[in-house]
Amino acid sequence: MTRSRPPALLALEDGTVYRGTGFGAAGDSGGEVVFNTSLTGYQEILTDPSYKGQIVTMTAPLIGNYGISVEDAESDRAWVEGFVIRELSTIPSNFRSTEDLHSYLERSGVVGIEGVDTRAVTKRIREQGALRGVVSTTELDADTLVDRARAQPTMEGRDLVQEVTRAREGVWTEGVSEKVFLPSPGAFEGPVFDLTVVDYGAKWNILRNLTALGFRVRVVPASTTSAEVLASGPDAVFLSNGPGDPAVLGYAHDLARGVIEDGTPLLGICLGHQIIAEALDGKTFKLPFGHHGANHPVMDLATRKVEITAQNHGFAVGEALFERGDVELTHRNLNDGTVEGLRHRERPIFCVQYHPEAAPGPHDSLYLFRRFREELVRHRT
Amino acid sequence: MPRRDDLESILIIGSGPIVIGQACEFDYSGTQACKALREEGYRVILVNSNPATIMTDPETADRTYIEPITWQAIEKIIEREKPDAVLPTLGGQTGLNAAIELHEHGVLEKHGVILLGAQVDVIKKAEDRQLFRDAMEKIGLSCPQSHVVGTLEAAMVAMEDVGLPNIIRPSFTMGGKGGGIAYNQEEFRAIVTRGLALSPVHEVLVEQSVLGWKEFELEVMRDHADNCVVICSIENLDPMGVHTGDSITVAPALTLTDREYQRMRDWGFACIREIGVETGGSNLQFAINPDNGDMIVIEMNPRVSRSSALASKATGFPIAKLAAKLAVGYTLDEIDNDITRKTPACFEPSIDYIVVKTPRFAFEKFPDADSTLGSQMKSVGEAMAIGRTFKEAFQKALRSSEEGYIGLGLNKRDPFLNGTPPSRPDIDEHLGRGNSRRAHYLRYAFRAGMTLDEIFELTKIDPWFLAQIEDLQRTEDELRATSSLHDLTDDLLRRAKREGFADAQIAAVFGATMLEVRADRLRRGIKPTYKLVDTCAAEFEAETPYYYSTWEDECEARVSDRPKMMILGSGPNRIGQGVEFDYCCVHAAFALRDAGFETIMVNSNPETVSTDYDTSDLLFFEPLTAEDVLNIHDLLKPEGVIVQFGGQTPLKLAKDLEDAGVRIIGTSPYSIDLAEDRESFAAILDDLGLRQPPNGMARNADEAVEVTRRVGFPVLVRPSYVLGGRGMMLVYDEETLVRYVRTGVEVSDDRPVLLDRFLEGAIEIDVDAICDGTDVVVAGIMEHIEEAGVHSGDSQCAIPPPTLPEHVLDEVRRATIALAKRLNVIGLMNVQYAIQNEQVYVLEVNPRASRTVPYVSKAIGVPIAKVAALCMSGTSLKEQGITEIPMPVHSSVKGPVFPFDRFPGVDIVLGPEMQSTGEVMGIDPDVGVAFAKSLMSAGSKIPFDGGTVFLSVKKEDHEAAVFIAQELRRLGYRLVATSGTRKALDRAGVESDLVNKIHVGRPHVLDLLTDKKIDLIINTPTGRGCRTDEGQIRAASVAHEVACITTLSGAAAAIAAIERIRTRGYGVMALQDYFAN
Repeated sequence: MTRSRPPALLALEDGTVYRGTGFGAAGDSGGEVVFNTSLTGYQEILTDPSYKGQIVTMTAPLIGNYGISVEDAESDRAWVEGFVIRELSTIPSNFRSTEDLHSYLERSGVVGIEGVDTRAVTKRIREQGALRGVVSTTELDADTLVDRARAQPTMEGRDLVQEVTRAREGVWTEGVSEKVFLPSPGAFEGPVFDLTVVDYGAKWNILRNLTALGFRVRVVPASTTSAEVLASGPDAVFLSNGPGDPAVLGYAHDLARGVIEDGTPLLGICLGHQIIAEALDGKTFKLPFGHHGANHPVMDLATRKVEITAQNHGFAVGEALFERGDVELTHRNLNDGTVEGLRHRERPIFCVQYHPEAAPGPHDSLYLFRRFREELVRHRT
Repeated sequence: MPRRDDLESILIIGSGPIVIGQACEFDYSGTQACKALREEGYRVILVNSNPATIMTDPETADRTYIEPITWQAIEKIIEREKPDAVLPTLGGQTGLNAAIELHEHGVLEKHGVILLGAQVDVIKKAEDRQLFRDAMEKIGLSCPQSHVVGTLEAAMVAMEDVGLPNIIRPSFTMGGKGGGIAYNQEEFRAIVTRGLALSPVHEVLVEQSVLGWKEFELEVMRDHADNCVVICSIENLDPMGVHTGDSITVAPALTLTDREYQRMRDWGFACIREIGVETGGSNLQFAINPDNGDMIVIEMNPRVSRSSALASKATGFPIAKLAAKLAVGYTLDEIDNDITRKTPACFEPSIDYIVVKTPRFAFEKFPDADSTLGSQMKSVGEAMAIGRTFKEAFQKALRSSEEGYIGLGLNKRDPFLNGTPPSRPDIDEHLGRGNSRRAHYLRYAFRAGMTLDEIFELTKIDPWFLAQIEDLQRTEDELRATSSLHDLTDDLLRRAKREGFADAQIAAVFGATMLEVRADRLRRGIKPTYKLVDTCAAEFEAETPYYYSTWEDECEARVSDRPKMMILGSGPNRIGQGVEFDYCCVHAAFALRDAGFETIMVNSNPETVSTDYDTSDLLFFEPLTAEDVLNIHDLLKPEGVIVQFGGQTPLKLAKDLEDAGVRIIGTSPYSIDLAEDRESFAAILDDLGLRQPPNGMARNADEAVEVTRRVGFPVLVRPSYVLGGRGMMLVYDEETLVRYVRTGVEVSDDRPVLLDRFLEGAIEIDVDAICDGTDVVVAGIMEHIEEAGVHSGDSQCAIPPPTLPEHVLDEVRRATIALAKRLNVIGLMNVQYAIQNEQVYVLEVNPRASRTVPYVSKAIGVPIAKVAALCMSGTSLKEQGITEIPMPVHSSVKGPVFPFDRFPGVDIVLGPEMQSTGEVMGIDPDVGVAFAKSLMSAGSKIPFDGGTVFLSVKKEDHEAAVFIAQELRRLGYRLVATSGTRKALDRAGVESDLVNKIHVGRPHVLDLLTDKKIDLIINTPTGRGCRTDEGQIRAASVAHEVACITTLSGAAAAIAAIERIRTRGYGVMALQDYFAN
């Protein structure tokens, strides 16, 4: 079956070229090449809007084993620019699977390449930092592809939010369901809160968890201003995850500042966390190759407990923000010591760099949704 | 929180002898724990009865007690050493059971000793089926429907509820011992009855069957701050119904969506928290219904296990070491990841390769045993392989198992290559039933044209795995469609290599030799690459050189310019080649590292200390085949390769390696051949003036009969080139001999059978010696308790020899020295002698490490494998300061341990074919006490305090049995005997009661056994087999856990032991004290 597939190439800006076999869509596609170390969850990764602009290499060598299940999508389409794996499964095997990975990517227009020494790709990225690259099944001249890789825009300075945010505002009503193996974030008591989520590329499982915990979720496009957001009088505003460089999203910083000044509680995950930091006059910087995986240890500095977290970010918040005293570091990554969460000492502002909604990844941090809620309850009283 | 300062000394309980379900993985974990706790500055006290372990080396712990793992012996150790705490979670089920007994007898409380790792109530909650089930229900996790029952009547009621088939699991046994799957009422009654007898609390669980569900395991760790991590997920290729120890297993789990996997992880943490395991590792088993994702918890082990050893080797994460550190107070985030040395151990390993484990069976040793795989573990060892894909790892694992396969098919006896393909009914039968060859039958099924769906219906193996096997068939088809090696394209060859096909498999397709394919492949520039096992999928740089081969673009191996020595390990454990050889390989690595070499270990057995990443400088987790070893050799170009420490596995490779230009150090393979070759060996003995029993060689039945006319009956016959007495038999008459040669074994012109006159009544001795090419040192002379004819591995033996006069020992020494010099031995040599009427006969010489090396080392206090390794690398005995090893003044008795309880109904008579899985050692200033300790350690239920002895011996033994009977009477035992034996006793005036033989009528001896009216059986066999009267009695002794002695010499020794224990009791003493001067 794989034999009839076309040859394909992955070319990196440093001149390295890897040969393999194409799958998914035919074509040619470029982006920043990153690696993800999750052992499961390729479907969630493919559909995570935060991967816009990136070619994802899976370090887990066997991909596609359980096919594609409708319920497991994290958005309405695949966003990755390319998908690099060691071996594609010849059949999907899962009772929920409705489609195989090859057909799904073909339908989604994503170019995949298999048969690649993905460990070599990963080591190169680890040593050199994330590299721009191109995957192609149509152009097989190595030099041409290396040139194309070099012509890709760098991630620093890129606003990719515009490409993934929704066009119109809407209401989200889906919660979590044990039937499709989603854990409940827990029961809640007390009021239902109105929450406005600003969609920078929000993963659906964030919305599902918020809904399950007693939030009435309204989702608005990234271009919405703070005045527009605050006009509906939400109990809190939530800034979602998303792709690209947080430093260049001036409109998002403005929105966050507006909400902060207004005093409405502000929450954030991942890019949302970085935007909040920028709005608090903190700085973000690019990590060498980012954190993309499901095994990152993060310590909650209040309880000293460690949670194993799902992560997907190429930028991080700098430490300078904590020097002036009004902002408190709440979570730290134990692998490289980077900032994983913060809160404002006087204002109702809380955010984390990692993904409590998991999808894919461990559920250790689901408690954060409850903590968000508790903070709101406390804020009200 | 840092380490606990309120503790000063810690007692670690080992797991005792190697048995099915509990093997050398506990040496690996125990050794790690000892090292970890000493690193932290604790005084470590160890108790373990198994001498063939690195953990019982005097350097591993501060105080080492080779003593029985019973609460009584441990109490004596506690009295002497006054430890602050006991760590029981690293010694398998044995360790946990000992902890519970210590608690229940008030020992812990009396001496103010605390338990670390798991408290008694936690152990009970996890291990007691009903308590576990209640706990799971409480937190909303599903378990299979089940009932705990204590009687057969209650079990019948339970059966009504859960239906048939169902699963019976005895409480508090390991490896599913005594359990089984019942498909009908008759089987149900039989298994329940056996299970009730074998459960120490006489309780079994009758459980709903979830046959055909997918089976998974998680290795979970928790610290006392409640941080939990999953180290590894494992998926069983064989669905529910085959014990996980007997299943082919894969890491990580491959067929779960993230949502399913994370739910399993959530359940795992919920379970470990509810059960209350405070710190350490636990193993959890789950089943998932493939039709709807329903999940149930099967069981939990609140301790390190075989699976955790596998998980450690599969990920690089040292679970046992961490478990020990967590037990003394550390939290996961306070401990560094050994492999990256930059990141903390509080994380979940991510791996970028696939690990496959295959079990290794020993059914050839127990032809009467049922080879169907079920809920009770039957395998004796395992091999693990690593590859970048399942296909590659799977084929590597199959060739690592050393069962004659070199991958999936395409070996010389492949019925689809040369021979008659199996019939469809044969294929159906092997697919539908768990059995040791099912993996190969999956291939047969595809090749016979069955569809994936048809195969799934019969096996319930997840279609994903079946599709992988089908993929391999497509590649095989392409290979076979190629007309010659010359026409094979580079592309197809590379693809085949990437899918794990061995050069030898490709050679089989094209009728070439492995070396030809290898040469051709190297000409094409197709070489393996080596990748690191680094816990983190290359996200961080790894410091630890733990490698596997694969066929990728980039090779990561860092090759230094230091001189290197390569040690070939012994592969999966099997009967006849077990942990003893791993022990030798580890010692070689330690000695050569100290001597300044960079050491390279090659092995495929995940249970071992040799495959711990800090045993050698470079670890290659690879199959032990010529191709795989040569590939590593090409890369590293070591000064020399050691093949004499790993048993037959590396020895078999010696010729191919030498032919390919590898330098084998130590005794040359030529000398090893010389000793194995009957004719040249006989000439050498003649030359040296040494005697051997009259013998001959035969290539067919007629020749065999001719030989016996010359040498006389009885004869010992066996195939050439075997280990552990495979296919060996003691034959008393011509008819049996002819049948044996015609049907019993493979006989051909290049594989003759060997016949030796059997010396009746002779005493057998084993000698281990070391030679550096010039000088010879005799290290240990062991006298066997059983007479010649019982395989030396199954015989009890003692150092120093209790009955042999000094002039005989001197002759043995002289003979040994002459043999070592004549054979140009450099390294270790083992010689077996028989002594008949003070005449010394040489039975065989093996110029290599033997099974007895660790036992001898412990008995004499000299690490002879290390000494030998240094001789091989060029340091003479004189330079090492070893010119003579005096006979120790204390006694050491080695006792074998048998797996008969795993194979119900099998006759337990000892013979020339080795059947034991492990060994224990009793050490004491007094030989009788040493023997008694060996019996206690082996778990023999010798009734030291008195009781009823059933005596039934063959006619030739009647006279000798009278003496035994008199001794027993003198010690106050009641005797019962069958008619013949009783008459002999009557005549001698020894009082005994008559009991019926089985065929005479009831009540007979089996009834007495069932009613627990017999405490000891002494039965010397007239015949063999489970269908004979006596065979049934012996088999029943296993089911009822009554000690059964089958030789009079064994009985005499047991009586001496009983008398010593009765009159003097026994004390305990640390190994360090025996050799204090």
